[in-house]
Amino acid sequence: MAEREPETGPGRAQAPDEGFAQWLLAQAARCGADGAEVLALSGESIEAGVRLGEVETLRSARQRRVGLRVFVGKSSATLSTSEFDRNALEQFAAQAVALARLSAADCYAGLPARADHSQVDADLGLCDREHGVPDIERALAIAHQVERAGRAEDARICNSEGAGFEASRYELLFANSQGFSGRYTATTYGVSAALIAGDADAMQRGYWYAAARRLDELEPEAVGRTAARRAVRRLGARRVKTTQAAVVFEAETAATLMRSLAAAASGPALYRESSFLLGALGKTIAAPKLTIIDDGALKGRLGSRPFDGDGLAPKRKYLVRDGVLESYLLDTYAARRLGLRSTGNATRAVGEAPSAGPSNLCLQPGTVTLEQMISAVRRGLLVTELMGSGVNLATGDYSRGAAGIWIENGELAYPVHEITIAGNLSRMLRDVEAVGSELAWRSNVAAAPMLIAEMTIAGE
Amino acid sequence: MVQEVARPESFFFDRFGVTPRALEAVLGSALERKADYADLYFEYRTAETLGIEDSLVSRAARHTDCGVGVRVCAEERTGYAHSDEITVERMRLAVRTARAIADGTGRAPVPVKLGQSVRGHDLYNVSETLGAVGPEERARLLAEVDRAARQFDPRVKNVIATLSGEQRVVMVVTSDGRIAADIRPLWRLSVSVVAQDAHGRQVGTSGTGGRVDYSFFGENERWREHALLAARQAVIGLEADEAPAGEMVVVLGPGWPGIILHEAVGHGLEGDFNRKGVSAFAGRLGQRVASAACTVVDDGTLAGRRGSLNVDDEGTPTGRTVLIDRGILSGYLQDRLNARLMKMAPTGNGRRESYCYPPMPRMTNTFLLPGEFTPEEIIRSVAKGVYAVSFSGGQVDITSGKFVFSASEAYLIENGSVTRPIKGATLIGSGPEVLTRVAMVGNDLALDPGIGTCGKEGQWVPVGVGLPTVRVDGITVGGTRT
Repeated sequence: MAEREPETGPGRAQAPDEGFAQWLLAQAARCGADGAEVLALSGESIEAGVRLGEVETLRSARQRRVGLRVFVGKSSATLSTSEFDRNALEQFAAQAVALARLSAADCYAGLPARADHSQVDADLGLCDREHGVPDIERALAIAHQVERAGRAEDARICNSEGAGFEASRYELLFANSQGFSGRYTATTYGVSAALIAGDADAMQRGYWYAAARRLDELEPEAVGRTAARRAVRRLGARRVKTTQAAVVFEAETAATLMRSLAAAASGPALYRESSFLLGALGKTIAAPKLTIIDDGALKGRLGSRPFDGDGLAPKRKYLVRDGVLESYLLDTYAARRLGLRSTGNATRAVGEAPSAGPSNLCLQPGTVTLEQMISAVRRGLLVTELMGSGVNLATGDYSRGAAGIWIENGELAYPVHEITIAGNLSRMLRDVEAVGSELAWRSNVAAAPMLIAEMTIAGE
Repeated sequence: MVQEVARPESFFFDRFGVTPRALEAVLGSALERKADYADLYFEYRTAETLGIEDSLVSRAARHTDCGVGVRVCAEERTGYAHSDEITVERMRLAVRTARAIADGTGRAPVPVKLGQSVRGHDLYNVSETLGAVGPEERARLLAEVDRAARQFDPRVKNVIATLSGEQRVVMVVTSDGRIAADIRPLWRLSVSVVAQDAHGRQVGTSGTGGRVDYSFFGENERWREHALLAARQAVIGLEADEAPAGEMVVVLGPGWPGIILHEAVGHGLEGDFNRKGVSAFAGRLGQRVASAACTVVDDGTLAGRRGSLNVDDEGTPTGRTVLIDRGILSGYLQDRLNARLMKMAPTGNGRRESYCYPPMPRMTNTFLLPGEFTPEEIIRSVAKGVYAVSFSGGQVDITSGKFVFSASEAYLIENGSVTRPIKGATLIGSGPEVLTRVAMVGNDLALDPGIGTCGKEGQWVPVGVGLPTVRVDGITVGGTRT
């Protein structure tokens, strides 16, 4: 363990390796743990921000962190630390066991069965080895590229809140005392821009971003231009009278509906009996047009991983098929509580017990374009921005701030803001009248536009 | 291991073997190129969490985080690098990255001489350690919370409560020779109650905390008050009608509903957004932005409050800033960078989530000063409207000024009386306009119970809000009933 001492050279922080994980598991066992898991994350990142053509911020980081969960019988505790010296870690293991002894026994707690461990060693394409973490000059150049393209897009772009580029490379190591051990290296890249359009009356902000596992997948200039167009098309926004009308969600806002649905179908919301999808497995919960797949093994996607937060293999499954809820999203613990099997959806941060949530969510695209969808609406709203957190997963009640473009007789008429849209998710999902054909990958969700027959729009 | 910390400055010097002379050298080399300013931010945080669910004590967790962040400022540019190893070697490496934003090369290191420690406020007890109260006692409190909420009503099905405590030792050392250090306790009890009847289920939430000792929870059985508030909210939610939709008169109750100030005006008055001219309030100092009944302040000097700090995360003692004085826009919230560029004074609002981030102008405790009306007079004055008493969150678009906040407990007002409960709904308004519609301000100012957290550009910091009962003549309620 002597090599665990911090290195002194200018190189990167040393990544914890398998030997380290086994040593820490052994420390936990020595202190009296019946079972344990080690999750370590180490990495480096860079972030560059520019504004109005000038460098504004540079941020660079190196980090290492280790999490330990121990079981004493059916009691457990979870700890994390960024202090890696041997004495501190020995104490850390002892504290973990002491804390676990103070917790109540939970008959569902424990490591997954050994037979369920992930055997996946396929290269999921999570790491861009060619680019890694770019240097400062490259990072700044990309950020400049984003902002320049956006400012040049339209003469009404009068100010900027800035454009940015970020890159990170991290290594994740996970091992448990039942013999599972896995590690992978991954990269993430992101660009974003927030541009301001102005006219005599008001300013409007347009924000856009892209994220990917490979640097070449980002289109910095397209992101800048989209941010500019999103700002400009909001100019002259007005309010509308309170009414009931059709609502078209752009792919970006439709993705938030998918996330809400996935959250309500995830383990913790279910076993805490605070989900409107409780007891809905195998039942029709949405229009037949709606099919959503959760797949953690897609190559090169942001939600992909060779093993989940329990060390189980990612699975491809239909969350919703033709409107029927076919699967929940479960980790080992939630599955035991619900009398089901894990779906390989354990999510986990260092120092936390596993939870459950989507890996990659993919909407099955429909056959109509956004333009065709809008032309079918006599009177309604194209939602381009959503604000606030007004989704009650226990009841499905939905009420959020919105901005967008008003639709009259099948055409985009004028931008609107300072309105809310409200309904209930279970009703909204059944009222999906059309799913768009233009599938867009944004973060770990691939979404397409959706038309919902009717919602309440509150305004003047 | 729990830190017995007598003086926060000596904590870092003793534990990590760094010396004032070494820090002077690090800061000096940070200014080697054409930089205006540099600082080092040291942090050592321990946090403990314990929960109860299904009447079983669980989710025992403990976290230790430490590191140092190096910042170099040159004109409008900021370079920042951090390391989770507190060694001079790592700081030197970080300096090399952080100073890359400054122009020019070849200047010699600038001499930096550290002076006296900055004297901050004395707003919380810095000597009670996290370990002073054992996990057994915390488990007992959680069991009491669970029991009280379950006894409130047979429709209560489950209680999920979490008790979190943290102690954060911080030290800022600046190139202009200041050293400021602080030890910050922070406790929080959150309660979430699931109620169910034949028609459906509802979740109610409440919680309390602050920069306090653990004994805070026991004072007047404060834990019971919040167990019952969460249970009541869940049970009332079962009986709630559809909320109305459209612009109407809204009476906001005292305390939590102060989130309206945080979203409608607070963020829009942060120095960075105004320096860049991207806030709907930019260039409007001296103009009327609220009715004459409104005076809004941000005050980081309130003893024991969640948003309070002895010194901010740049070593400036916190202050009390009047943002709106009897309706007139009168101040911005500033960190040192934005204050310098706007030729204003820092207001002690430079805050950061942790050593991983550079500071930004952030709110502390933001509230509206009390007026002359009793809450009863205000309710009685409304023929038809909504009375909203609890909120779960909000958001603002600082450029257009549109903001939302989401009511989690609300009622109808009919002919001067509070009548039926209504479902939660999001309220939306325009920041520069909404306070001009404040028609009555109550005499019952209250601050929120101390569990608020504010997010900005990916950084989360604890904050407080406060409000007396107020009547707003026209804000859009996002219900479903037209």
